[in-house]
Amino acid sequence: MATINYWQKEIETMKRSELEALQLERLKYIVKYCYERVPFYQKRFDSIGLKPEDIKSFQDVEKIPFTTKDDIRDNYPFGLFAVPQKQIVRMHASSGTTGKPTVVGYTRNDLDTWSDLVARLCVAAGATDEDIAQISFGYGLFTGALGLHYGLEKLGASIVPASSGNTEKQVMLLKDFGATVLVATPSYALHIGEVARDMGYTPDDLKLRLGLFGSEGCTEEMRSAVEESLGIFATDNYGMSELIGPGVSGDCEFRTGMHIAEDHFYPEIVDRNTLKPLGEGEIGELVITTLTKEGFPLLRYRTKDITKINYTPDCPCGRTGARMAKIMGRSDDMFKIKGVNVFPSQIESVLVTTPHIGPQYQLILTRTGFMDNIEVVVEVVDGSLLERYAELEKLENSIRHRLQTVLGLDCKITLKEPRSIERTAGKAKRVVDLRNKGTI
Amino acid sequence: MIIKQISVFVENKSGRLAQITKVLADNNVDIRALSLADTTKFGILRFIVNEPERAEKVLRDADLTVSITDVIAVSVEDQPGGLSRPLRILDEKGINVEYIYAFVGAPHDKAFVILRVDDNEKAVKELQACGIPLLCTKDITKI
Ligand SMILES: [Zn+2]
Repeated sequence: MATINYWQKEIETMKRSELEALQLERLKYIVKYCYERVPFYQKRFDSIGLKPEDIKSFQDVEKIPFTTKDDIRDNYPFGLFAVPQKQIVRMHASSGTTGKPTVVGYTRNDLDTWSDLVARLCVAAGATDEDIAQISFGYGLFTGALGLHYGLEKLGASIVPASSGNTEKQVMLLKDFGATVLVATPSYALHIGEVARDMGYTPDDLKLRLGLFGSEGCTEEMRSAVEESLGIFATDNYGMSELIGPGVSGDCEFRTGMHIAEDHFYPEIVDRNTLKPLGEGEIGELVITTLTKEGFPLLRYRTKDITKINYTPDCPCGRTGARMAKIMGRSDDMFKIKGVNVFPSQIESVLVTTPHIGPQYQLILTRTGFMDNIEVVVEVVDGSLLERYAELEKLENSIRHRLQTVLGLDCKITLKEPRSIERTAGKAKRVVDLRNKGTI
Repeated sequence: MIIKQISVFVENKSGRLAQITKVLADNNVDIRALSLADTTKFGILRFIVNEPERAEKVLRDADLTVSITDVIAVSVEDQPGGLSRPLRILDEKGINVEYIYAFVGAPHDKAFVILRVDDNEKAVKELQACGIPLLCTKDITKI
């Protein structure tokens, strides 16, 4: 094994006791900072009689009220900014599927921190200043593209800002420029792989070796499918625009969980329903307090992402930052059907490991009378099943049976032609809920 | 005596058959025989064409799931009971018939039938031994 590279070795490999001391100091500071500068926090604290000085230890964090996406929206556009607008040098926004977007602002220091955090995760994943990195995230208000862009640039990689869409051109650029690193959503990376194959290329025709994937959840199975399709080593990283963008955590080359940049983010896991903090290793919703952000600090922000955290500093890479598991789902994506809580990722694990079908899928929820129905749409890609109807029926039944085992639900399976499920360059739309639309 | 058949997976959408046959027509592939077996859920479209390899390629390029398989084609008298003789022979010899469909555009006194059996070699041998006329690829292009 080659030597392990770090971007900010001292911090990344800091003793946990020192790291925690640093966190606590920053935590106390940011609470006071928010209270003094953002009327929203001051009002919240005052209404429950909480003073910044009351936060003396990590245990006290529980006293701080949560901040939610709705709070950000209610203060649209700049209500939660903590510095005068003059000091804001960049804004980003996350596309609101409903209503107004959530707007975030960065000071010059914030941008500097951000690019360091992204450089950290890129180096941890195995990127170097020798790499050519194609960024196939959509550029714009979305933080993914510019986040990776400036991080990789700081690292010294050569950047191809391809943006998203026009997949044949993406493949042409990958091939002609000899990109070694691909930045994309995992589902778009899969699509790039499909198109490359259609254009007659095998993974050997491309120089790609590393994938830096983010912006949507990705199961182990999906990750293997992408690796096979493009002949790469795939890594995940995590972040969201409210928190800073990509850079909150990322896989190292050992992929033992995504190392969290704990010097800048204080993570908690809380029970989805009671919102009480959970112990180490327990699965729940990730809550993050930003420790150093100047422009748009957040206290106890509910990410809605479901994961667990391992604090044991025993990753072979030497990084001591706690590791969060792959996102198992979003509270928002989770849907309840026939009284059963379902995460699309559970279904994805089954589908991606089923032979004869492609890795893309869609879940359609409908209601007949008072009955919920779930339809799982997949693409048949293997011609060898066409000799007998029975083979196709067997395929349907085996998917149905496996889903029944995993979810305890009877799903209707619909086999479709290849490419009939819509491909997107951004986050894939996996769940179509039609239950409240035009039902009788 | 063994000929190539193209199978295509189709969703049960009206108009799909027309689109697929148009793909073939646009590429100058002629359809000699066609069968659409469908259920309420999906269908399998089967073709005998003049140029099976090219048909397979153009259909794949159109993002369809395609396979090529071997089938046999027999010529039978176009009269009641014409088909029963070859079927009886296959049955007696223990050869299973998976499915059958007829040619389009055969001369009016003849009927050509496609048979998908579980053992092509054996079926050809037994049918020929009983004097049942079989078609080869060259015959197909001439129809
Ligand atoms: Zn590690």
